[in-house]
Amino acid sequence: MSTVSSTAMRTSADEVATLAKPRRSGKDTALLVGGILGMAIIIVYCLLPFYWMVVSSLRLPTMGRSTDLIPNPPTLENYVSVFDPRNQFTTAIVNSIIVSTVTTVLTLVFGILAAYALARLRFRFKGVVLAIIIACSMFPGITLLIPLFKLFTGSYPWFPFDWMNTYQALIIPSLSFGLPLCVWNLTAFFRQLPVELEQAAMVDGCSPGQAFVKVIMPLAAPGVFTTAIITFIAVWNEFMIALTFGTRADMYTATVALSKFTGQYGFDTPWGTIMAAGVILTIPLIILVLVFQRRIVAGLTAGGVK
Amino acid sequence: MTAQTQIAPAAVQPLKRTKKNLLSDGQDLLASLLVSPTMLVIAVVVGFPIIFSFRESLFRTAGGVDPNTGIVRQGEAFVGMQNFTDIFTNPQTIVGVYGSMDRLINAFINTTFFTVVCVVLETVIGVAMAVIMSKAFKGRGFVRAAILIPWAIPTIVSAKMWGLIFDANGIANRVTGQSTLWLADNASSQWAVIIADVWKTAPFIGLLTLAGLQTIPDEVYEAARVDGASAWQQFTRITLPMVKPALVVAVLFRTLDTMRMFDLPMGMIGPGKYSVETLSMFAYFENNALRYGPAAAYSIVLFVYIVVVAFLFVKLLGADVVGDPETQAIADRRKRQRKLAKQARREGRPAPALTGSTITNGDSAS
Repeated sequence: MSTVSSTAMRTSADEVATLAKPRRSGKDTALLVGGILGMAIIIVYCLLPFYWMVVSSLRLPTMGRSTDLIPNPPTLENYVSVFDPRNQFTTAIVNSIIVSTVTTVLTLVFGILAAYALARLRFRFKGVVLAIIIACSMFPGITLLIPLFKLFTGSYPWFPFDWMNTYQALIIPSLSFGLPLCVWNLTAFFRQLPVELEQAAMVDGCSPGQAFVKVIMPLAAPGVFTTAIITFIAVWNEFMIALTFGTRADMYTATVALSKFTGQYGFDTPWGTIMAAGVILTIPLIILVLVFQRRIVAGLTAGGVK
Repeated sequence: MTAQTQIAPAAVQPLKRTKKNLLSDGQDLLASLLVSPTMLVIAVVVGFPIIFSFRESLFRTAGGVDPNTGIVRQGEAFVGMQNFTDIFTNPQTIVGVYGSMDRLINAFINTTFFTVVCVVLETVIGVAMAVIMSKAFKGRGFVRAAILIPWAIPTIVSAKMWGLIFDANGIANRVTGQSTLWLADNASSQWAVIIADVWKTAPFIGLLTLAGLQTIPDEVYEAARVDGASAWQQFTRITLPMVKPALVVAVLFRTLDTMRMFDLPMGMIGPGKYSVETLSMFAYFENNALRYGPAAAYSIVLFVYIVVVAFLFVKLLGADVVGDPETQAIADRRKRQRKLAKQARREGRPAPALTGSTITNGDSAS
């Protein structure tokens, strides 16, 4: 402060006026133009391939490989053929909704409890628990899948059940990446809530449990909701687990069904139909992302994971 | 000396606690109740599979006819490290981009190549995006929405989308005027995979870096400008060091994620294309062929590879993945106490009693 005032004293009134005048030099203009250009490049970079998918989905099915920038004539025929009963795409979407919803709910139930303890309580082995959870989100999925595949096909004598093509076989392995993601995000959210809230509640006679249910949970609802969206999107987009454990067409999830679309004649890739299915799978996620973008960005950066 | 003798008895005496502090004491039980369901689930869905993967990698499904009894062998046989040593003694030679070699080594090189190239490109593009976004005043919300779209698109959809773009008669060839066979089994298909992966995840790194950039106060830049630092100097001396913690964690997770890449090459180029086959894919195909032993062995190779890389990140680059202030404080205290004890031993004094100083939160202890 003192330096500023002494500098100001040594500066004449004219000089102050010149300095205070907003200066638009060529460099500033260049920076502004460069910024706008940069933003435009980012937007084009992010949206152009997506635009291509949408455009390609609106072509005639016979023009799947066309490279016209605008579909001519535009048609929704591809969207009709996505739901051709042969593709069983409706079943696949229902499967995806079931698997994603159940996994999200399960991870939230477990995750909220664990995350609260990790963010607030002091206990032994907390570092170990945190390390285990973060390590779980680093492990390669394939290492976990092989024994689970063997288990669910009934190859171990102590587990005489055939769980292939069941919902539990799709949901249980999904917990392996959903749960760490969920716990991690929620822990970050709970940590952001001021601890004074619970202290106040406990001063007023609440037990830690009551303080959690009555004070923290209502306040953490936005964080829980964001975590739910992030987990849901992660499970919805999952491919390897669904491909391994859903081998029958009626147990495909939407991502697997999309990867297995075959053309009417079997040889030609039905690009138009695949693109239409891709748009159908992506649109709900994009709506979620656009509506809740502020929250999702906060969740992603707070969790710092994935 | 007198001060020491006065203090010593007080330190020996245990602290008397008449009343329990609800905020810090006796929370072990509650915490274990809250954490144990999660740990149980993790033990079942992660712990058990990892242990059994290690076990499976030492076995092999028995096949063929037993030379002694003439009966078709069933079940599985313990083969020790044979699933791993087969790359030397009994290689499954294939021809990929790097010439003819064992399929596992080819997959390993592919995985490494994809990881290094993708992560470097993603980091550079992502940081550039973050810098552009942090400089912009208007339209930041719009850009942020746009940047989330590649993140939200399912990888398999993005694989198919880029598959169409890179089709032999597709838009990529039309724009460049080439007729590259991107989706065949060659070096171009590797670049097709890399481009698709960078497109999907560079914006994500940009997003995380932007969050780090926004925590840098403007005053720091003002001070640098007053000192006559150029824009490039500001970037390398201020921006990069200050976003480093956020960036290192983001890069670590991207690295580990790219190392287990599966959906993208599988959906875009397809199975059985050696030029883009990653370790995850190879292990998956072996598993699908019910060769659990080799499949588990290859997945263990990937597992160990990932653990080593994660370890190096944490040790060499100091990635603070856990990021819990209390755990950090406890670790710091332990380090301090160990140092004190070491110093005391060197000076021939008895080691000081390890008194547990109260840690109220991470800030005060560090």
